[in-house]
Amino acid sequence: MIGLEDYLTVSAILFSIGVVGVVMRRNLFIILMSLELILNAANLAMVAFSRFSNNIDGQMMVFFIITVAAAEVAVGLALLVALYRRRQTAYTEDLTNMKL
Amino acid sequence: MTGILPWVILFVPLLAALSITLLTLRHRALSAGLSIGAICVSFVGSLLIWISFDGGSVQYSTPWLSVGGLHVDLGLLLDSLSVTMLLVVTGVGALIHIYSYGYMAEDPGMPRYFAGLSFFTFSMLGVVLSNNFVQLFIFWELVGVSSYLLIGFWYDRPTAADAGKKAFLTNRLGDFGFLLGIILVWTTIGSLNFGEIEATMRANPEIFGSLASIAGLLVFCGALGKSAQFPLHVWLPDAMEGPTPVSALIHAATMVAAGIYMLSRVFFLFNETALLVIAWIGGVTALLAAVIAIQQDDIKRILAYSTLSQLGYMVMAVGVMDPTAGMYHLTTHASFKALLFLGAGAVIHAMHHEQNIWKMGGLRRAMPVTYWMFLIATLAICGVPPFSGFFSKESILAAALEHNAILFGVGAGVAALTAFYMFRLVYAVFIGPPKSNAAEYAHEVPGVMKWPQVLLGVPSLLAGFWGIEHFIGQSFASASAHHAAAWHWQILSPFSHAPLAAFFGLGLIGFGIAAAYAFYGNAVRDPLPDEMGRLSTAIRERLYLDEAYTAMIRYSHEVLALIADWIDRWVISGMLVRGSQWGTDLAGRLLRMAQTGNVQTYALFLVVAVVVVLWFVLKR
Repeated sequence: MIGLEDYLTVSAILFSIGVVGVVMRRNLFIILMSLELILNAANLAMVAFSRFSNNIDGQMMVFFIITVAAAEVAVGLALLVALYRRRQTAYTEDLTNMKL
Repeated sequence: MTGILPWVILFVPLLAALSITLLTLRHRALSAGLSIGAICVSFVGSLLIWISFDGGSVQYSTPWLSVGGLHVDLGLLLDSLSVTMLLVVTGVGALIHIYSYGYMAEDPGMPRYFAGLSFFTFSMLGVVLSNNFVQLFIFWELVGVSSYLLIGFWYDRPTAADAGKKAFLTNRLGDFGFLLGIILVWTTIGSLNFGEIEATMRANPEIFGSLASIAGLLVFCGALGKSAQFPLHVWLPDAMEGPTPVSALIHAATMVAAGIYMLSRVFFLFNETALLVIAWIGGVTALLAAVIAIQQDDIKRILAYSTLSQLGYMVMAVGVMDPTAGMYHLTTHASFKALLFLGAGAVIHAMHHEQNIWKMGGLRRAMPVTYWMFLIATLAICGVPPFSGFFSKESILAAALEHNAILFGVGAGVAALTAFYMFRLVYAVFIGPPKSNAAEYAHEVPGVMKWPQVLLGVPSLLAGFWGIEHFIGQSFASASAHHAAAWHWQILSPFSHAPLAAFFGLGLIGFGIAAAYAFYGNAVRDPLPDEMGRLSTAIRERLYLDEAYTAMIRYSHEVLALIADWIDRWVISGMLVRGSQWGTDLAGRLLRMAQTGNVQTYALFLVVAVVVVLWFVLKR
């Protein structure tokens, strides 16, 4: 029988992979993908909780998050593409102009 | 009518001072007239009060301020003490005001001078009439202010300006203790009114407990400053930089006597220990000042030191539990010392502002009236019978003999010294050969300066027969020993009352006069420096007390400055200012390393922070 803990374990693993990806990978596109991974780890946890506590609110919330995430990816990717076109690089160590 | 009279006496001089300052500063004669008129009104008022005075004690007061437990009245107190002082202040004051019109005739600042004089009269009358400590203290300070204004009257002379400052600051030093004493009395007794304090003290003599001596001595600090007692005596000789009538009125007759008056007024505050200290300070001052007076050459400084010495006598009288004798000497001293100063002023005026007695001489022929009056005052201050000073001085010596034989010895010695230095002055200025051209061509002063001297000569000569001692004694319960007697018995009373004191004192006075004649009868210059050598130099330099004070102040300032410098350099500037600057700078440098500009670093910080927060939250 697959219980809540299994779902949450998968969610935690996904979240950790996402965090490590955000912190370690140098390519901005991959960082964006890792962010999505974090988001979906949260979604998974939410759906699991919703299912096991017989409360539909969590699943409702996940739909919203998916839509917002889609919009966010659209804007974020557009920004990244624009940045790449301008600077010809997508590596974080090359993009440190905000340093004082 | 009688209720309003004391207020009139008090406020008329203030009115004169205000109207001169505000309206008539350009009109010389009018200003002088206002001021003289005001004090004459006060004098007549005082006479009226004296005539209708019945020996009791009357208060007129109106509540002035009330804060919490502190209730201060604006009140006037009339008893035999204050009535005596009223007569002295307004009587001597009126004569000196008139004299001033002659002395200051050519001074461009005359209206300002008279305004100051009237303001002083107002303050002094306020001190005399106060019925509570706070009011007394306020007028006490006002007296200090007017003294400052008048000492520094010739403000363009640096010495006069400095002397004014010195007088004010030295007085403030004493007044600080006085204020502490007043606060101590108020917190202990809960009242500031003299009558109420005395009643409380009488009902419960131990109310101060272990603080009794301290309370008395703190209040005495006020007199220490104002009456110029050792060690705060240094301001009085310097105060002679003011115009001579000011020296006569303020720094000889009235203001410096305020300390004695205050001591007599609150005599009930002092216990045995405090009185012993007071007596010794008085004795030491009397001796010290008399010794210094021997070798001074400035006519006004000699008189200043003799004032110090006589004030020492009065303080000693209070200290040996006979405030009546002190007040008696105050009264007679006011007249003969004012007369001495007026005579000195006349001499200085005739000599065109020469003050060195070794440039005078032979003025007896040129200025007979001044000479005779000066001689009367000199005999009075020496204590030769039947002049007024004899009676008051003998009563002090008798009281001293009763309580403290050593102090009696000091007092008798000072009497001999007094006779010596006063006759040194008389021989050098009036009798000996002229020692400068100005002395040969001197002329008698005009009538406006002559007649006040003659009028002051009367009390100097006769005040011993007026029963002043009995009159003042009404204020003190213990004064039953002093009976009023017929005048021809009064002249003998010191001999029958305390024969040892009287004959011993007289013998020493005779010795002093004889010694003065032997040394100075025909002297052209002072023979003592050759005979006494370095001792004479030390006395001439006022026993180096001023230098010692200067050095003390300088070194204590030096130490204070070093400490302040160290604190400023290391604590304020070093630790606080530079320390906070350095700390901020270091924090900035450290935090700056976190700002790499790399998004991933920030993400890492974020994650670490979240982990830390979660760890804290979930730890439990």
